[in-house]
Amino acid sequence: MLDKITILGGLDKNGMPEKVQRLEIAAGEVLAAVGPTGSGKTQLISDIEQYAEEETLTGRSVLINNQPVNKNKDKRSLRYLIAQVSQNMNFVIDMSIEEFLLMHAQVRGIREPARTIEEVLAITNHLSGEPVTFSTNLTQLSGGQSRALMVADVAIISNAPVVLIDEIENAGIDRLQALEILTGQGKIVLVVSHDPTLMLMAGQRVVMKNGGMEKICRTTPKERKILEDLVRVEKQVAGLREHLRRGKSIGLDDNREEDNEKERLVLWQKF
Amino acid sequence: MRFVIVAGTPSSGKTSVMVHTIRHLLRSNLAVAACKIDCLQTSDDARYSRLGIPVAVGLSDYICPDHFYVANLEEIETWAQGQKADVLVLETAGLCHRCAPAVYDCLSVCVIDNLVGVDTPRKVGPMLSSADIVVITKGDIVSQAEREVFRYKVEMENPQARILDFNGLTGQGALALKNEILNCRPLEGISGRELRNPMPAASCSYCAGETIIGKSHQMGIIKKVDFGRGN
Repeated sequence: MLDKITILGGLDKNGMPEKVQRLEIAAGEVLAAVGPTGSGKTQLISDIEQYAEEETLTGRSVLINNQPVNKNKDKRSLRYLIAQVSQNMNFVIDMSIEEFLLMHAQVRGIREPARTIEEVLAITNHLSGEPVTFSTNLTQLSGGQSRALMVADVAIISNAPVVLIDEIENAGIDRLQALEILTGQGKIVLVVSHDPTLMLMAGQRVVMKNGGMEKICRTTPKERKILEDLVRVEKQVAGLREHLRRGKSIGLDDNREEDNEKERLVLWQKF
Repeated sequence: MRFVIVAGTPSSGKTSVMVHTIRHLLRSNLAVAACKIDCLQTSDDARYSRLGIPVAVGLSDYICPDHFYVANLEEIETWAQGQKADVLVLETAGLCHRCAPAVYDCLSVCVIDNLVGVDTPRKVGPMLSSADIVVITKGDIVSQAEREVFRYKVEMENPQARILDFNGLTGQGALALKNEILNCRPLEGISGRELRNPMPAASCSYCAGETIIGKSHQMGIIKKVDFGRGN
């Protein structure tokens, strides 16, 4: 059972010690890695994936439950520390959802596969607006449906205790729900994102700079309030999207010209 | 000299994997020589050359590259010794799934990618099943579930191998492969060593350039379809 991951700081790109020398993430917590492109977010994730023991470029070490990892002794049991869901991932197998989930459940040694894959399907449809069925082919899924299925599968079938969410776009998946489902399963969730909503969904964020961990910020109560606003706006945008997708128009029965920025904002937020 | 044999399915990223790994070896001040065996043409030698290491190319032309490879192992070893290499990386072409390049006492690496499909590990044969290390690439573009299923299928075919996930674009995984290379014992001469599996037969008239179809043009080892064995 994995309770905690600790990252002991190494060196930044200039060979100077990182400002953050100890970063801890507990089971059920969300950590966001933030910073501009090239600041070292991917390398941080990579260090965790490889159970770094001062041998990687950064010289960081990763402790699991306060213990260093014996890679040679435990290599089989350690293989899936991190499960990933990223924007670049696709399903490439030409198979129905049912066949594939059963295959994955068998590979993972799941005891009650039929019941388990029902659960995966239910979560998938909970996360994405457009429902899928067991007979839907994996390669026919939309971007949002694919991401939803990946999250549901990672939460229920993959046994990796750490989940990496990498640059998941806004459209088509309820990200707040996704994080709640993953953390509810006792997973550690790492989020790499440039999106303020995702950053604030995390309990803490590590700020990366020049290859090093620069600072740890805990999400403040005020930021949580802002998050609520952001989530509300996203819901409104999603509503607008649905409205337009269903072939409806706004303002057809209204002759008045709306050129005031503020009024326009209020107008689309109204429905 | 450590003798590393790299095989794998076409376009799986063999050269990318080895270029990243050689960079790590060079950083540890080890001298590396690379040899690429291919069939008709290759540009992979240029990628190795950019590392500033000695590179040789063998083109098998009309001969099965696997047979060409095994018939040249002594010469390749002598060349690499002449280059004062600590590590020799010998990359084979990987054209058919029946390739069987692994040699006892050499480190045998098989590179295979997540895109080839979950049934492919079973089809690949000795190249995968007799490898010491299986490197799986392109995991960054398929779902986590597919990665797990694919890895499981690889384990089924080769339960002994150490399996490494590798990102050929970023080089993630190269450090682990470098450490595996450092852990393998240097080879005291390739002469007299044994292939781990026999190679596919290839000594018929078509191997030697015959182009006309028909029984009277077929000589050497000819195998015919057994039509009684249908399912």
